[in-house]
Amino acid sequence: MSRVSPLSQATLSFSRARHGLAPWARIAGLTVCALLTLGPVVWTVSTSLRTPAEAFDLPPQLIPSDPSTEAYRGVFGQIDVWLLALNSTLVTGLIAVGQMITAGLAGYAFARLEFRFKKPLFALVLATMMVPLQVTIVPVFLVLKSMSLTDTLLGLIIPAFPTAFGTFLMRQYFLGMPKDLGEAAMLDGAGPWRTFRSVYAPLAAPGLAIVGVLAFNYHWNEFFRPLILETSGQNYTLPLGLVSLQGNLGTGSVSVVLAGVVLSMIPAVAVFVVGQRPLREGITSAGVNR
Amino acid sequence: MTDTRIPPARAERPAAPPAKDAPRPSARDRGTRLLATLFLAPTIVGIVVFTVVPIVGSVVLSLFHWNVIDEPRFAGGSNYGAVFGDETVLVSFRNTLVFMVLAVALQLLVALALALTLTGRMPVWLRSVFRSAFFFPLVLSAASISVVMKYLFNQDFGVINWLLGFVGIAPVPWLTSENAAMVTVVLVYVWQQFGFSFLLFVGGLNNIPKEIHEAAALDGATGLRKHLSVTLPLLSPTLLVASVVGIINALQVFEQPYVLTNGGPGDSTRTVVMVIYETAFEQLRFGEASAVGVLLFVLIMAVTALQFRLSRRFVHYQ
Repeated sequence: MSRVSPLSQATLSFSRARHGLAPWARIAGLTVCALLTLGPVVWTVSTSLRTPAEAFDLPPQLIPSDPSTEAYRGVFGQIDVWLLALNSTLVTGLIAVGQMITAGLAGYAFARLEFRFKKPLFALVLATMMVPLQVTIVPVFLVLKSMSLTDTLLGLIIPAFPTAFGTFLMRQYFLGMPKDLGEAAMLDGAGPWRTFRSVYAPLAAPGLAIVGVLAFNYHWNEFFRPLILETSGQNYTLPLGLVSLQGNLGTGSVSVVLAGVVLSMIPAVAVFVVGQRPLREGITSAGVNR
Repeated sequence: MTDTRIPPARAERPAAPPAKDAPRPSARDRGTRLLATLFLAPTIVGIVVFTVVPIVGSVVLSLFHWNVIDEPRFAGGSNYGAVFGDETVLVSFRNTLVFMVLAVALQLLVALALALTLTGRMPVWLRSVFRSAFFFPLVLSAASISVVMKYLFNQDFGVINWLLGFVGIAPVPWLTSENAAMVTVVLVYVWQQFGFSFLLFVGGLNNIPKEIHEAAALDGATGLRKHLSVTLPLLSPTLLVASVVGIINALQVFEQPYVLTNGGPGDSTRTVVMVIYETAFEQLRFGEASAVGVLLFVLIMAVTALQFRLSRRFVHYQ
């Protein structure tokens, strides 16, 4: 892990020795690949603006000749978009805030407090990063069932509060802060809580931003757990609602489904634009998280 | 920093009961321990309840027959016997391994080629546009993207076959023929995931000191030669991380085959996680589903361990 350039992702600042390819060929190749990468997204947006009747007409239009919001009105008519969006927002928001709290506190304890069983407890946290959710989903479902939390939003939220990766990341973050700060505060008579509260916690914001943005990105798009836990439509999150919308409709209403996809993408794209840096840092130092 | 300094909490640690004649540090020590307990409780309790107990629970459940409604019945190893005798389960393991090999190879190849190409000379703004574009799909939902891709890969009306028509390729049954369906699932998965390996490689390439490239250039190594003999060995630690994470993720693939093909046609794209889902939550055979889960876990651990073993021979640390 230490080799993955943990928290510094400087841009490529140096010019490289001569390459095999001519510069124009490299840029042309990269442009083609970028178009292939973004093409499906562009198609989704432009097709969602065509009327349901002509959505499947070929050729596809980059800019619809006759843009229509009919599909968007359609998607609001077919599924309760507001309810799905509210559910998704509640689940994602509470998980993100919850993870920032649990990871911030536990990360600080592992980095700056002394207590018994510190090493084995940290090893336990690290070990759970290796355990895929899909493998434990059956017992997790049964644990939640015994707490009467299946088919509730809380059942999605509570198990996601502890985050092994976030704890690891925040521990690294606190370890990177100068130790003298805390020792100076202790000398001035601050207890352990005051030291945390007024010295270290205020410095943790960038690290917490990484934890929060990653949590948002992952849980906003999450599909597997909601599919298993949420059985009644009123508890669906957006991805679940969209997949079932696609299943319920015939091929005729592509643009309605795509309008729903576009709506559900908006917050993810917003986070991509605003929080690209913490997102990139998180993804490169994490990976294991997914 | 003189002798008057209060000893740091750590110095007290070896003596289990705090010394009687040093009340201040011991009070602080107790405060520290209380704070540590409070700070750790949410994470540790959560991990125990939602990860440790379920791991043990998986193994225990795999030894029982249980449909949640009736009392569990002890089954011994018969769930594992049933699983190994079940054609669908065996096929799903084969599919998952085939998927893993194809998806990880393609993902690493694409990501590496793009990351290397991006190191060439170009305006800074252009480089960051490309970088953003390549990692954009990562922020989208795999389920929603699969819905979109299902339309794009449609045999009769899909844009992809329409485009291929221009170069004279007859419509491909992307989702409806057994061989093509797996390829489609791999393509959709890689389209969304390659940005992750790409970001790792961009970071790894950044860490290679400039002097090494200059030395290689002086020695006359350029282009592909240079990459093969200089860049790749230096990038090998990053390659290891990217492939380990890529493999672990690929072995858990679910959304793409679930939405694109629902495991079909036949069982040709049914993956292990799909089988776990169907066995447990559609057929209510929790014991067998747990047995499949335990086997998947063992597979993931085995592949990862093997990879680290192999890597000792091929990974060069600077």
